[in-house]
Amino acid sequence: MKTMLKATVAALALAAAGSAANAADVKACYIYVGPVGDFGWSYQHDQGRLAVEEHFGDKVETAYLESVPEGPDAERAIERFAREGCDIIFTTSFGYMNPTIKVAKKFPDVKFEHATGYKTADNVATYNSKFHQGRYIIGQIAAKQSETGVAGYIASFPIPEVVAGINAFLLGAQSVNPDFKLKVVWANTWFDPGKEADAAKALIDQGVDIISQHTDSTAPLQVAQERGMHGFGQASDMIKFAPEAQYTAIIDEWGPYYIERVQEVLDGTWESKSTWAGLKEGHVVMADYTNLPDDVVAMAKETEEKIKGGWEPFTGPITKQDGTVAAEDGVALDDGAILGMNWYVEGVDDKLPQ
Amino acid sequence: MFEAVLLTVITAATPLLIAAIGELVVERSGVLNLGVEGMMIMGAVVGFAAANMTGSGTLGILAAILAGIAMAALFGFLVLILVANQVATGLALTILGIGFSGLIGEAFIGVPGLKLPQLYIPGLSDIPFIGPVLFQQDAIVYISFLLVAIVAYTLFRTRLGLVLRAVGDNHGSAHALGYSVIRIRFLAVLFGGACAGLAGAYLSLAYTPQWVENMTAGRGWIALALVVFSSWLPLRVVVGAYLFGAVNVLNLHAQAVEFDIPSQFLSSLPYLATILVLVLISANRRLTLVNTPACLGKPFVPDR
Repeated sequence: MKTMLKATVAALALAAAGSAANAADVKACYIYVGPVGDFGWSYQHDQGRLAVEEHFGDKVETAYLESVPEGPDAERAIERFAREGCDIIFTTSFGYMNPTIKVAKKFPDVKFEHATGYKTADNVATYNSKFHQGRYIIGQIAAKQSETGVAGYIASFPIPEVVAGINAFLLGAQSVNPDFKLKVVWANTWFDPGKEADAAKALIDQGVDIISQHTDSTAPLQVAQERGMHGFGQASDMIKFAPEAQYTAIIDEWGPYYIERVQEVLDGTWESKSTWAGLKEGHVVMADYTNLPDDVVAMAKETEEKIKGGWEPFTGPITKQDGTVAAEDGVALDDGAILGMNWYVEGVDDKLPQ
Repeated sequence: MFEAVLLTVITAATPLLIAAIGELVVERSGVLNLGVEGMMIMGAVVGFAAANMTGSGTLGILAAILAGIAMAALFGFLVLILVANQVATGLALTILGIGFSGLIGEAFIGVPGLKLPQLYIPGLSDIPFIGPVLFQQDAIVYISFLLVAIVAYTLFRTRLGLVLRAVGDNHGSAHALGYSVIRIRFLAVLFGGACAGLAGAYLSLAYTPQWVENMTAGRGWIALALVVFSSWLPLRVVVGAYLFGAVNVLNLHAQAVEFDIPSQFLSSLPYLATILVLVLISANRRLTLVNTPACLGKPFVPDR
């Protein structure tokens, strides 16, 4: 009860603070697709917003709208922010792409930043992170740690980002054990703890001993913990939910990017561009390596350093599932090929839904 | 293997079963409460919070039931006393529940939960296959079956059940006979709320022991559909809930063993199954009409 009251008071205080700080130089506004309490995608974006507040203090005011559905509602929400005097608006889901572009045309003086999209304009920049770099590392760990030689992968929707994640994971695993197998289960949802838990159980019942996920809840890790198996955190560090099961987590760290871009608005140097950064720039961060023997941790750290040094995990030889060559030995795939990936590498035990 | 699948099916079906059996009683009394999802999620958050603060799963369950009842009382007051529109009020209850649960739950995001213990009966639990499936579940699974038995017996074998069905079928006559339609409906609505709250507690304390916003993910709506699917018969709710749970779980297993069927098709199977059963049931129109509460969703205002 006490905690409940505290939460209410905190919410009220937050609302009050929002209206009091009108003297700020820049107003940065955020649109989230989920609730900030999802402990996944939107939660991490909000952590980025909080990092901006902490970094700039009174100089920057922030505001956010959560659980904004993709589609016409998004356009209204973005336009509302633009009218309310936001200087920079971050729209943090793929489905906000067209609404963002549309509103940006009406408000040429407002800066827009769209996450995970591909359409830019003079006042619209895009940004995304190279999560596949982290997936290559967890693939290597999986291959080292798995006793059955098979890992399970809970996927959300067959879009290029998810497919690239699956491929990167398996390439990493095959670099350690060429015969490593991967079972993929499509949950067809980003967020449904119950269904994700069921998927994890099904995979474990089918003989996998490592679970990896591209869905947002902590449920699969909890199942791994319960069954004495292991897995990896998604989007945020989930060690609290699976202290014995989590090897590491791929953390979305949006703070550095948000601070950089807001600073540019303050300085008047903001320009439209497409940012796609990863481990090197600190936009993707690996959580502490836990529950692992020293040699595996050393291997993971070495790979992490190698990627930070500019090495691309999608470097040949890469063979597609159908046997054709995707990249010759030593040749790295270009950004476009990774961002539009719609094929599996050899060894994925699944047919890609088209 | 089969045992493992069955165990997963039980966890998937239990919350649906509990919420649906509660709503069945509500609808049998002639009230349509579309707020199951909202009551369920309030049960989930309050149950999680209470269990987390007291360290007791039992208190968590009780708190969740109370939360469901409180939401149902609000609904009952609006639609039975103030005679508000039932559909609109139910929808509002869902929206309220989702929003309010997020507010209450803010402090509990990212906090690991407490998992209800599985009961262990010496001897019985050790029987191969039957033991783990039948005698190693958590308490709520047994409660769900007990609830179905009690509801089925009460509805069709007791005076109370007869009165409840009379109120749902013809509130005018029931009123003329001297039964308090409003009071009976209110109690049925509260019972539905208690069940939805319990179903929510199952989600946040047993299924996936954690709190995250929106964690019911539409299960309240499926429970509502199951009531229609069962044509308001308690035992068919069991069939429906387990069929739904089974198809959902088998979809995931089928993918893991590499059946060459698109996953999108497998994901839509539960809904296709629902449509198919609805078609089969409504083929026998007379039987459907007999079981449908005739006054479902109709407001009642006593003359005097």
